[in-house]
Amino acid sequence: MMDEIRYIAPEISLLCFALLVIVLDLFIKPKRVLPIAAIAGSLCSLFAVLMLFTVPSTDVFNKMIAVDQFGLFFKALILVSLVLVILASHKYILKFERFQGEFYALLMLSAIGLMILVSAINLITIYVALELSSISLYVLVSFLKDKQSTEAGLKYLILGAVASAMLLYGMALIFGTTGNTCLSCIADYMKGMPAENLTGSPVLLIGLVLLISGFGFKIAGVPFQMWVPDVYEGAPTPVTAYLSVASKAAGFAVIARVLLTAFGMPVWLHNDWAMIIAILAAVTMTVGNVVAIVQTNIKRLLGYSSIAQAGYLMVGLAAMGLAAQGDSIIRSGLLFFLFSYTLTNLGAFIAIIAISNKINSDNIEDYSGMAKRAPLLAIGLTICLISLTGLPPTAGLIAKIYIFNGAVGQGLLWLVIIAVVNSCISAYYYFKVVKVMWMGEPVAQEEVTSTWPEWLALAFCCLAVVVMGIIPGAFIAITQNAAKMFGI
Amino acid sequence: MNLNLLSWIIFLPVIGIIVLALWPKPSQKTVKWIALVFTSASFLVSIAVFLMFDRSAAAIGIMQFEEKLLWIPAINSYYHLGVDGLSLPLVILMTFLGVISVLVSWKIQLQPRQYFIWILMLESSILGVFCSLDLILFFLFWELELIPMFFLISIWGSGRKEYAAYKYLIYTLVGSAFMLAGILSVYFITHTFDMTALAGIQITSSFIPLSVLFFLLMVGFSIKLPVFPLHTWLPDAHTNAPTAASVILAGALLKMGGYGMIRLCVSMLPQVAVQYAPIMCTLAVIGIIYGAAVTLRQTDLKRLIAYSSVSHMGYVLLGIFALNQVSLTGASLQMFSHGIITGLLFAMVGLVYDKTHTRDLNNLSGLARQMPVIVVVFSIAGLASLGLPGTAGFAAEFITFAGSFVSVASPGMKIFTLIAVIGVVVTSGYILWMLQRVFYGHPLDKYNGLKDADAVEMIATFSVVAVIMLVGIYPAILTNVINIGIEPIARLIGL
Repeated sequence: MMDEIRYIAPEISLLCFALLVIVLDLFIKPKRVLPIAAIAGSLCSLFAVLMLFTVPSTDVFNKMIAVDQFGLFFKALILVSLVLVILASHKYILKFERFQGEFYALLMLSAIGLMILVSAINLITIYVALELSSISLYVLVSFLKDKQSTEAGLKYLILGAVASAMLLYGMALIFGTTGNTCLSCIADYMKGMPAENLTGSPVLLIGLVLLISGFGFKIAGVPFQMWVPDVYEGAPTPVTAYLSVASKAAGFAVIARVLLTAFGMPVWLHNDWAMIIAILAAVTMTVGNVVAIVQTNIKRLLGYSSIAQAGYLMVGLAAMGLAAQGDSIIRSGLLFFLFSYTLTNLGAFIAIIAISNKINSDNIEDYSGMAKRAPLLAIGLTICLISLTGLPPTAGLIAKIYIFNGAVGQGLLWLVIIAVVNSCISAYYYFKVVKVMWMGEPVAQEEVTSTWPEWLALAFCCLAVVVMGIIPGAFIAITQNAAKMFGI
Repeated sequence: MNLNLLSWIIFLPVIGIIVLALWPKPSQKTVKWIALVFTSASFLVSIAVFLMFDRSAAAIGIMQFEEKLLWIPAINSYYHLGVDGLSLPLVILMTFLGVISVLVSWKIQLQPRQYFIWILMLESSILGVFCSLDLILFFLFWELELIPMFFLISIWGSGRKEYAAYKYLIYTLVGSAFMLAGILSVYFITHTFDMTALAGIQITSSFIPLSVLFFLLMVGFSIKLPVFPLHTWLPDAHTNAPTAASVILAGALLKMGGYGMIRLCVSMLPQVAVQYAPIMCTLAVIGIIYGAAVTLRQTDLKRLIAYSSVSHMGYVLLGIFALNQVSLTGASLQMFSHGIITGLLFAMVGLVYDKTHTRDLNNLSGLARQMPVIVVVFSIAGLASLGLPGTAGFAAEFITFAGSFVSVASPGMKIFTLIAVIGVVVTSGYILWMLQRVFYGHPLDKYNGLKDADAVEMIATFSVVAVIMLVGIYPAILTNVINIGIEPIARLIGL
């Protein structure tokens, strides 16, 4: 037991630092040390994750938690986004005056939840981890304490609770049918299932549907996307950024893991749920893109855009389901897209945070002439928006080609055509922001400046996005390595 | 010895971008010279490639100056460049127009640094399209061209510039979206992105009907060329773009469509191309006549030339889908000659507009007295456009029609050709009418004292005139090269 502790060293070190931040907040006057401690903790944890990459895959704590490349990849991704969000929020949270320590500590706690979530291989661990991250996020969303933020927090809490209830109910039904909560045990049961389809076992069918619904909330797929625009708009922008990437990435990780390990066999089963996901993907991206067109608030716009991106990601998930066992190219499509999406979306949000610190507005029309007031921020935001559209020379294009390539290979050409048409729609609203920034007349002459940590974070994201767009080989190799574990 | 010349051609402009971006506070003059140096360098390298190009029979069907490096191992995609007789003239065309477009922007005032960065990026991406032999690389460059064009039109354009930029963006994206689906289907069927390998494979599939595949690819190229019902973005984009962008747009960018059709649709799916040749030829003829008829009605100089492009690109489409050696050679030559002629026409319109601040035919008259040099060059460009013997326009159109007249690709090719020739007559009509209205007639007092072309403008325009004459008088300088590229394709079609 004790020697298994080292496998959760990343989580433990992050937890220690989270507590340290709270303690420091109590006793130390200059609040500057808080983000430094938080970043130090995240980097420590990241280091611990990287150390674990060399360890052969195993599961620990009585099949509660897996230590594998897939989970470690996502842990690293979550930690990188945590560092970037902290870098970007150090100025933003001066607004709060009090509770700065709690802000960082809660972010770190929710990251711990997500990190356990991506490596959980038991329904119980999954549920506990999900709640750990969600409860921290409920508080973070309402951190501004104004009307909008409170409303957003309440909405997130209530809808989140409903989703949790559905998830739990689904888990209960699955447990009731299979008699197990560990994913590999469920998989064993499923392999022995006599029925040729799930209608032979309605309880299991309902359980699976509820399970997908519960996760659907986390990844914001239609029809569980209702909370996104309001929560994204009302929450403090750094929290929105964090929600849109880390929380979504972990959601996809857990849904992929559960569906592929527990319900990956027999063949008819994964074909069944893959088709459901494929149809949901088509609806999700279309809803997200079409509604995004009319948005005038940049946070709402990115909220809908993140729904649309979830749609593209679900294309990858569907392809994963349909893929023959061991096809790591198709299976890594989802991971590479998440990789690129995380950095891109974070970059966009960091630019927005830096801009809104100065102009105190999230209306797209107030971005008018931003290229003259803050040329480098405008360039950064433009690169990220180009990547979200899926144009070269950015990661967005390669990610789309890669994920769609896998889908076409699985006979999902119809879905790919819907997806590429959707990309055209998305160009309209992404370029609307670009147009306002570059062609609009500045609403004020005052320069929009930003601090060096914001700079650093934005520059990192943009550089990564462009490098991944030009020489993606090494990054794809990383994701392929992470996806290998599903090739049972 | 491998000097990676093609990489140099493509990436010299990129180096120019980096130099421009990092140069600390460059003066306007520095910016222009940097842009000129790098476009000229790229042009000189492309000339070197042209001179070293193997024109012997042994080179038929072989890509020259090939470079191949593994790029994305996971999907078996290579950084694979090469030129053959089909692409080389277009590469030269682009590098040449790159230099010209810098020269015609010599007086740009608004944010010159950013402007030239976009021009260089545009040049680089178009060159990439013509040199790529890997479908993913091809697609990447194909999409890359959108961003600079969007900015060039919407910041430095005139009139309804934002509308035009948007229209351009969405049209092109829709086309390339289907193209991406097509490219991925091709990969799924053949497991390769290698364009040279694909040209030799007999593609068969139960996964997707080949005609669907053909049209998935064709939509993108048809929008770019443009083919008749998909042309509506073109007049807006051309009219509202700044001069240099119009030059590149009409000169080189449209040719990406024709090039893609020959290189992908016709080479990869020759049987399907034969099957749909009647439809495409019909669209070509409609485009020729409709484009010419609409051109007659234009009163905006730039719009007039834009619509004339629709008509002239119809010849290219006709040449391609007449599907024989002669007609394909004609189509390729027509792409080159239309590139330089229309590039020159747009440059001249830009000059006239710079000086008179109007493009409205009704407000222009008798400019021949005030700016004789411009008038002479403009007239030569116009005469070349209507296909006067001795100019590049004549050589290209003649070969195209000669090829399509004897073609057996579709029943009634002779009738198609005869109708298409009417387009030439209408072209003479609108070109001569335009020249007469703008340059002859009574000189207007308000234009007295306007300066004629200055030294830079003369260098730019005279050099284009020289090329037009050269190709017109001795077309073999290009057809020798083009033939080498076309022959294996014509053999694949087997008509």
